Amino acid sequence: MMDLNKLMCPIKSSSELLALHQTIIDSKEFKSDKIYICAGGGCIASGSMKVKDAIAAQLEQAQLNDKISIVETGCLGPCALGPVMIIGKDETFYQNVKPKDAHEIVEQHIKGDTIVERLIHPVGEKKVAKRSDIPFFKNQKKDVLRNCGKINPTKIADYISFGGYQALSKVLTEMTSEKVVSEVTISGLRGRGGAGFPTGVKWGYASKSKDPIKYILCNADEGDPGAFMDRSILEGDPHSVLEGMIIGAYAIGSSQGYIYVRAEYPLAVERFQIAIDQAREFGLLGENILGSGFNFDLEIRKGSGAFVCGEETALMVSIEGKRGEPRPRPPFPAEKGLWNKPTVLNNVETFSNIPQLILEGGEHYAKTGTDKSKGTKIFALAGTVKVSGLVEVAVGTPLRELVFDIGGGISTGKKYKAAQIGGPSGGCIPEQHLDVPLDYESLNSLGAIMGSGGLIVMDESSCMVDVARFFMEFVQEESCGKCTPCREGTARMLDLLNKICDGNGEMSDLDELEKLSGTVKNASLCGLGQTAPNPFQSTFRYFKEEYIEHIRDKKCRTAVCKSLIKFEILDACNGCQSCKKVCPVEAILGDKKQQHIINTDLCIRCGLCLSTCKFDAIIKY
Amino acid sequence: MSTPEKCACGNDDEDGLIERLEEIISSYKETPGALIPVLQATQSLFGYIPQKAILKISEILNEPLSSIFGVITFYSFFSLKPRGKYLIRVCMGTACYVQGANEVLTALQQQLEIKVGETTPDKLFTLDIGRCFGACGLAPIIMVNDDVHQFVKSSAVAKIIKNYRLHEPKTVEVQS
Repeated sequence: MMDLNKLMCPIKSSSELLALHQTIIDSKEFKSDKIYICAGGGCIASGSMKVKDAIAAQLEQAQLNDKISIVETGCLGPCALGPVMIIGKDETFYQNVKPKDAHEIVEQHIKGDTIVERLIHPVGEKKVAKRSDIPFFKNQKKDVLRNCGKINPTKIADYISFGGYQALSKVLTEMTSEKVVSEVTISGLRGRGGAGFPTGVKWGYASKSKDPIKYILCNADEGDPGAFMDRSILEGDPHSVLEGMIIGAYAIGSSQGYIYVRAEYPLAVERFQIAIDQAREFGLLGENILGSGFNFDLEIRKGSGAFVCGEETALMVSIEGKRGEPRPRPPFPAEKGLWNKPTVLNNVETFSNIPQLILEGGEHYAKTGTDKSKGTKIFALAGTVKVSGLVEVAVGTPLRELVFDIGGGISTGKKYKAAQIGGPSGGCIPEQHLDVPLDYESLNSLGAIMGSGGLIVMDESSCMVDVARFFMEFVQEESCGKCTPCREGTARMLDLLNKICDGNGEMSDLDELEKLSGTVKNASLCGLGQTAPNPFQSTFRYFKEEYIEHIRDKKCRTAVCKSLIKFEILDACNGCQSCKKVCPVEAILGDKKQQHIINTDLCIRCGLCLSTCKFDAIIKY
Repeated sequence: MSTPEKCACGNDDEDGLIERLEEIISSYKETPGALIPVLQATQSLFGYIPQKAILKISEILNEPLSSIFGVITFYSFFSLKPRGKYLIRVCMGTACYVQGANEVLTALQQQLEIKVGETTPDKLFTLDIGRCFGACGLAPIIMVNDDVHQFVKSSAVAKIIKNYRLHEPKTVEVQS
């Protein structure tokens, strides 16, 4: 990349920003052919950096390195297919690329225009090369993720080249803070963290406060298991979040912000810090931004592994350096938040919506989505779907489309059972409701919530009682203990669910669970407790018969609940002794080349024998 | 969490580290809400939070010992006990859980002969669980320090451990 520091730095006005934008898009590098290699967390873990090095080496060997540039992008989406890449000139999508494929890609495709067939994506019987023809991509609406996969997140020039910071420039030169708030209000944008509170209204409250010190916070404590949208945005397009925060700060009149990022996301922290440093250097953050007289600065605070800190008041207490325990509301943060000053807290995805919303106007934004829920929503699609990863669709898109069109259906060949949406605060959507539009109200009516956007698809092999138990264990462990209903209620609910999964349940336990659900929901202090019973309630609502089977018949139909399952060795056993060797409790008996048997009294049901057997001679039921 | 700069298993000179810690704490003196960033730095410096570090933090930041202790025990990333050279964290997020993370955890416990939260007698491995690392498309995953192992099967656990134990390499290929 060209040395931007020599161009103009810091940028002192809107017109200088425009001039810089023009310089970048006129540059040779911007116009050159590109190879986009995913450098999202998933693909890096799959080895995409080695692939990048191999491609770079091949390009150099072919003396193409000044004609073709490699862009290390944010998450391209289909994480399970990683490492993935896109050849810019014809938009070919390659998956599961290994360093040894680099030679063929460069020689055959880059130089010779012949696609490397074995690396392209299969759709049914066919193989589809072009990204825009692949169902996973074709059925998405990438507004918030517009840059993710196109730009290098560590280069501010890339962001500026796609119109980055133009919204900030527009706000600072043409709009009053009231106008910004009203534009966001008109757009109908609702908080993407889960609760769906209208962002414009929240900003409006804080902007009216006369206090000279106000704070704007970004919640990147993405704790819901199964959710990685915020991580991907921060890693893939950090400047969009930063720009959204600066605009928010201008709207409410704040000069200091914090972003609270989970400690589990070191790469997100690293890339956001780079974004902050660059923005400061370019005069887009700090004093007198773009020569407008507006001052704003920002600091990263890392979480330390407490789920409850995703709750807004707990997050603020944590920034203050204390135990992250929530405090009662009112007073609401817009009045008394961080260090008792008026504070606005929004989620990563919410802020990332702002720049485009400002550029295109609130009315334009409101054209996407449903009556009450506008815009797009990013989901982290995972579980037993063929193509899992990061997807963005218009709010109101039916769940079926997400699972079957974009996700390609169930990966295991089994039947769809449920989708768990909204994490520990959410619920399960069974097959009969697959056509539910994904918007706040429709999901609430089914006992689930939009949540932050984690969406785990489960096939028939998942036990719904165990799923409820799993989430209850999670919230019980993460309950901060401040209020009794959550601390004691979730513990008691977990006891009962464990009892049922262990085969000791009684019918009266179900009544007790229902009763406790009401208490915990109504009496808990914060969102963690208030929504903790949701996973139980929704699984009980749609899969009551499974609960009854566990209690009455002492049977888990999916063979997940350990105490209720048995292992058996079938006639197919050839006496290879592999299972006998791995069994930690010596419960398997039998001589070499003789069919083995399992002593069920000794068996601890660890399943090691089953995973070791190469002859499918062991079953569990 | 980042890899500890110094591991707690050897004979690192903790007194030398205390001096470095003092500098770090002093640099945070003017920062509002400094306690947690300081504790994070301590954890990363020592691999855990030793008692003498707590005393030092209390002295320089003028925070009561009780509130520092309260903060340490609240957050799961802070440990009052030294950890092994390799911190193995099994993701127990939803996607990993429904794809068999529990079996992986059981296999690890059997292989290492320790329970969750414990360290092997040779101070090489500490076993812990994690709450979603945000790599759900690769489930089930485990993290060994900063190395991600994806699509882990319980039958592959022995091999992963063996590789660390014998060769202590930086990354280990796991068959998907």
